Amino acid sequence: MTTVDPSGADPIGAGPVAAGRPARKASAALPRSFKERPPGPGARFSEWLDAQAKTLFIMPAVTLILIFSVFPLVASIVIAFGRVRLRGGGYTYRFVGLRNFEKQLFGSEQYHFLGVFTEISVFGWMMIIGAAVFLIWWLIRYVRRKFWWLGFIGRLITASLAFGLVALFAATTASGNQFGTLGVTLLYVGIGCLVQFSIGLGLALLCSQPIRGKTFFRVTFFVPLMITPIGIGYAFRMLADTQKGPFAPAWQWVGLGDFSWATDPWAARSIIVLADSWQWIPFIFVVLLAALENTPKDYVEAAEVDGAGGWQIFREITWPQIMPVAATVMLIRVIEGFKLVDLPNIMTSGGPGIATESMTLHALFAWRSLDLGQSAAISYLLLFVTVVICVSFFNMVVLARARNT
Amino acid sequence: MEQHQRRSLLTRLFEPPSIGVMAPGTSLIVYGLLAFWTAFVLFPIYWVLITSFKDALTVNTGPFYLPWVDFKPGLHAWRELFQIDYEDTLSAFLNSIIIALASTALCVLVGSMAAYALARMEYRPKFGLIFLFVLIMVGAAAAVGFLGQDWRLAFAVALALFVLLARAVGRYFKRAVGNGDILFWMISQRILPPVVTVVPVYMMFQAVGLLDTHAALIIAYAVVNLPIVVWLMHDFFATIPIDLEESAQLDGASRLTTFFEIVLPLAKTGLAATTLLTLILAWNEYLLAIFLSTTRAQTMPILVAAMNAGERGILWWNMSVVIIVMIIPVVLMAIVLQRFISKGILVGAVKG
Repeated sequence: MTTVDPSGADPIGAGPVAAGRPARKASAALPRSFKERPPGPGARFSEWLDAQAKTLFIMPAVTLILIFSVFPLVASIVIAFGRVRLRGGGYTYRFVGLRNFEKQLFGSEQYHFLGVFTEISVFGWMMIIGAAVFLIWWLIRYVRRKFWWLGFIGRLITASLAFGLVALFAATTASGNQFGTLGVTLLYVGIGCLVQFSIGLGLALLCSQPIRGKTFFRVTFFVPLMITPIGIGYAFRMLADTQKGPFAPAWQWVGLGDFSWATDPWAARSIIVLADSWQWIPFIFVVLLAALENTPKDYVEAAEVDGAGGWQIFREITWPQIMPVAATVMLIRVIEGFKLVDLPNIMTSGGPGIATESMTLHALFAWRSLDLGQSAAISYLLLFVTVVICVSFFNMVVLARARNT
Repeated sequence: MEQHQRRSLLTRLFEPPSIGVMAPGTSLIVYGLLAFWTAFVLFPIYWVLITSFKDALTVNTGPFYLPWVDFKPGLHAWRELFQIDYEDTLSAFLNSIIIALASTALCVLVGSMAAYALARMEYRPKFGLIFLFVLIMVGAAAAVGFLGQDWRLAFAVALALFVLLARAVGRYFKRAVGNGDILFWMISQRILPPVVTVVPVYMMFQAVGLLDTHAALIIAYAVVNLPIVVWLMHDFFATIPIDLEESAQLDGASRLTTFFEIVLPLAKTGLAATTLLTLILAWNEYLLAIFLSTTRAQTMPILVAAMNAGERGILWWNMSVVIIVMIIPVVLMAIVLQRFISKGILVGAVKG
């Protein structure tokens, strides 16, 4: 670390200890000054200010994050462990322990958060057993190869969550039951990210061909990312209308003129994923295209001369080069995907029933009904799932890549 | 013979005549797919645009596609929003502009200062001090929550206590974290879903009487976008050669002068890209706006969403007008921002 700061290594917030250190005095006594400032009453203050520069630069950001991000995070867990009531302009708080989480996971709200459970079908059992076998094999492989207790605990958490989620899907969708907001959120993230990544990569590859009007396509394809999700939600509601929308003749021709996508769970989910993809494909497209253009062309041309096929070139040369960017872009996409709230809220308000309600929307509805404890509990469950999945993805894809190369 | 001819046709269609040129068949497919995607991207925008020139009857009697051909476009909805009901529209528009600009300014300033500091100065906050800080703050929060102390007093005392203790015992702590850890901590705040923190933030703003004001949304948006600014700007600053700053320092320039007069002008491409990105994010934000604003600080997304609530059903034509008004500035920004991405400036950060 090349640093020219004379005030050494004092910790953040250690107070004005660096004022008037010899090093600073020496630099102030240099014959030439950067700007001819007349010495006056402000001079001492600016000297003091300069000595504090190290603290001054970082403190605003740290303070903002501490007050509006870290403190609320702690306060939120306190709320999640209690029952908060609005009473005459103030709040009353009663500690109830894990009651809120219990209600979501096992109690009366279980259908809403996790889904409805009945008999698990044969296919569901197969999914569960398959997942268990695979995860145990994965853990054993890690223990055999190298063992680091922190890494093992992390993998244990990842594996438990993965098993829990597979079991959730096995017990709900695969057994013909409806799943709750957790399943819906994962569906949006999982399916949405897969679709968006494949199409975004495809478009980037198309645009990296020697085509004309590249700038036009690039700007056009980029635009949806910048449009407000609210606008996109309403625009897709209009487009999907089977009676007055632009595709109404087509719907009537197929015989679905009276079909309303908003009343069918899977149709509603698909249209939300479609709108979400419309907005986010540009992000993946633009970043991957830039990555493709930044890679040297020599290898590809040499391979072409040697007569390699298109797929072979992509797999052996292009993909390894853009892989780090692709992994990071997907990480960002997954992080943002978990926050999805505007589209379901605007397009279906979570309906039909709870079929399209994402976890953020669930927490928002709980807040609307003034059940702050439940709202905070749902948010915390969302945070847990997000963090575990993102950290696992980061460790297994982004970092593993860096370790191997 | 037959087979041979077919193969040669396929070859002629799909084998590139030379490197860097597409065969006619390939180019047909490529341009076909690109044209399809262009239509897919532009059609929703086109539909919203023409809906904004339709009246209630035109919208409700079925799909009409081309203005002047199958329906008569009119400024009916535009008039309603900008002449009759103009107060709501205009105030939301102004709110959005003020909040987006101010929060972006705050966020970019604070974020780029922190990013610069993390790129150029060495920080070694001690583990012990961080632990002490958390402990004292939890104590203060407990004093407010359980003993009913005034929160201003409690936190002032806690802060004073921390500064005193830090100066008294700070030097005995040995283990410390570095710049990389601080940077990671700041960027990782982006993983946090805003809904986790928004309820306490709502209560905090309520406690200080800032609910439904510009200030609340400005601060909230600045904090939410801070990780992005720190991340991108840190990357830009790291690419700037350090020589200029060192010579300015030798000439007696202060850190602040160096930052504002030398470093920022050098990083202005990155600064512009980051600013535009933050501006767009703040302009489109919805969730925090629902929580923190009701009437006075209502922003455009909330205005759009509110058009759903009336007893007349959704006023698609009015809503389309507002959406178009929201889209126009953003599309202009997108065209500018796209240049930065194609130059690889933003991708550089993503790689890191």
